Amino acid sequence: MYTEIAKSYLRKEKFPSVWCPGCGHGLILASILRAIHKKGWKKEETVMVSGIGCAGRIPGYVDFCTLHTTHGRALAFATGIKFARPELNVIAVMGDGDAAAIGGNHLIHAARRNINITAIVFNNFIYGMTGGQKSPTTPRGFFSSTSPYGNAEPPFDLCNMVKGAGAVFVARGTEYHLPALDTIIYKALSKNGFSFVDVIVMCPTSFGRKNKLSSDATQNMEWIKSISIPKKKAEGLSQEELQGKIVIGIFADSLRSEFVEYYEREILKEGKCPKNTKSD
Amino acid sequence: MKELVISGNEAIAYGAIRAGCCFFAGYPITPSSEVAEELSLKLPEVGGRFIQMEDEIASLAAVIGASITGKKAMTATSGPGFSLMQEHIGFAAMGEIPCVIVNVQRGGPSTGLPTHPSQGDVMQARWGTHGDHEIIALSPSSSQECYTLIIEAFNLSEEYRTPVIFLTDEVIAHLREKLVLPDSKSINVVTRKKPDVPPENYKPFDTSFGKVPPLADFGSGYKFHITGLTHDETGFPTDDSKKTAVLLKRLQDKIIDNRDKIVRTDNFMLDDAELTIIAYGAVARAAKEAVLAARERGIKLGLFRLITIWPFADKEIAEISKRMKAIIIAEMNMGQLRTTVESAVKGRCNVLTVGRADGEIVTPSNILEKVKEVGIVH
Repeated sequence: MYTEIAKSYLRKEKFPSVWCPGCGHGLILASILRAIHKKGWKKEETVMVSGIGCAGRIPGYVDFCTLHTTHGRALAFATGIKFARPELNVIAVMGDGDAAAIGGNHLIHAARRNINITAIVFNNFIYGMTGGQKSPTTPRGFFSSTSPYGNAEPPFDLCNMVKGAGAVFVARGTEYHLPALDTIIYKALSKNGFSFVDVIVMCPTSFGRKNKLSSDATQNMEWIKSISIPKKKAEGLSQEELQGKIVIGIFADSLRSEFVEYYEREILKEGKCPKNTKSD
Repeated sequence: MKELVISGNEAIAYGAIRAGCCFFAGYPITPSSEVAEELSLKLPEVGGRFIQMEDEIASLAAVIGASITGKKAMTATSGPGFSLMQEHIGFAAMGEIPCVIVNVQRGGPSTGLPTHPSQGDVMQARWGTHGDHEIIALSPSSSQECYTLIIEAFNLSEEYRTPVIFLTDEVIAHLREKLVLPDSKSINVVTRKKPDVPPENYKPFDTSFGKVPPLADFGSGYKFHITGLTHDETGFPTDDSKKTAVLLKRLQDKIIDNRDKIVRTDNFMLDDAELTIIAYGAVARAAKEAVLAARERGIKLGLFRLITIWPFADKEIAEISKRMKAIIIAEMNMGQLRTTVESAVKGRCNVLTVGRADGEIVTPSNILEKVKEVGIVH
């Protein structure tokens, strides 16, 4: 049943996927689909938008209104869709390079604006599709095809960044902790406002191989498990003790007036522009 | 009949609303900002939506997103912002999403001359985004035409499922003059073809309905996929060379096959002319003055005004060139349209350029000096 629910939302004829053996993207996608199912969202009223990269291919596999856009711009397109037709349920799926490098500006402004979109980052610390280059989330000292001597740059903590920009729901999960991820994504979808989920997922092909985790999926998953700490436990630890760890849990769950609702209530007047209805 | 004294930028905003524009996303930039300011004021009054985005890339992305939900949508910018928008002009061309991009041209390259006019983006409008594709670009010469032509811009974008570039300039943008609001019967408003097949049979690029397939709205019961990748009729990616060739050819054909319906031009004292100026935008006004001054001196000068810049009026110019001693192109750049005009003229007459890229408009006397030069040549 666990996988059957997810399967019922797939465009099955589009498989096999472009993803490598051992890639965790399918696990995260299934978690998103279970959350959508639990929300009871109709397929034709659900929009999934993506940018470029391995995560960018996700919308092609799901039976919704789907838009595969340009690198980093998923949230800008999603903003147009949600603002123009607020009754639609809008999800943006992005990679870490996609969301945090080329699309970083769109990410912080979507959070600031507090538009009712759920953004999910498939954070595998690497540009997978282009062959394993370092990204803004690659940890310092880790190897990639453009950090052959180890990454000289410190990484972004995406949750801190997006929380600082004003998102009303911010959380991190992993591909290892799937039941917890199901709950987190369901909560994100339920939030009225900009919700953000940073999902740690492995790229055995590029990140794993380059960083002595091999291309074996289970070995990569074991590594995630070994470095993950729940938020509650992390609160009692020093910065030094948290070095190299991934803190998982919910970092923000607050209330703030949603952008489109505010616009409709305070600014929009009756006029000739057609109002949308679900049967339109 | 209602008359207003209004700037070109304001007329664009009014015309856009008349065309059914319900969505604007943009980023402030001189000399286009009045378009955004006016629409931030007026769109909510008609139930429309205005959003100021974080940059021009995001602005056109939001416009395309809104258009996929069925809203007529527009953005406005100037050179530096137009450069940033190239990414999504390509996406709109590939995804065949109707939208209108206003570019109020200012001096370049780079930040250039923010408050001075230019026509330096005519070639960027044609070739600015990567890959092969046709584009429609229109250029107004008055506040009146800003109003009527922006409606045409929306109509063409809806009819051909394509981005349309509205290439105006700082002079037309800020010149305040009379606008006579046309009565509503004289205005034709076109809306994109929607599918009438059941959702399960819908394909967003289905050529069995012609070279411009019907486009469903997100949220109207149809589920489909749009990508910037090369795709087949279903909208899903393919790298099959035959399917790729079919797609690229159709993107070209849907514009080129209809060029006679898209190309708009205007003539002034051209019937008996021996010499013709080709001009567009603000420069066409100076050219008209030059024609009148030349006629007073007995020189048979005429004006051929481009209203549609792309696709190019090559057939029309070829025809004119048969009976001219020379053609003088007047434009606020260093001669960007010259090779395009020359390839239409094919050596039938001399082609000269009066170009200025110094932030000043080409004046009637600039043009008349060039006319004198031709007199010496012949």
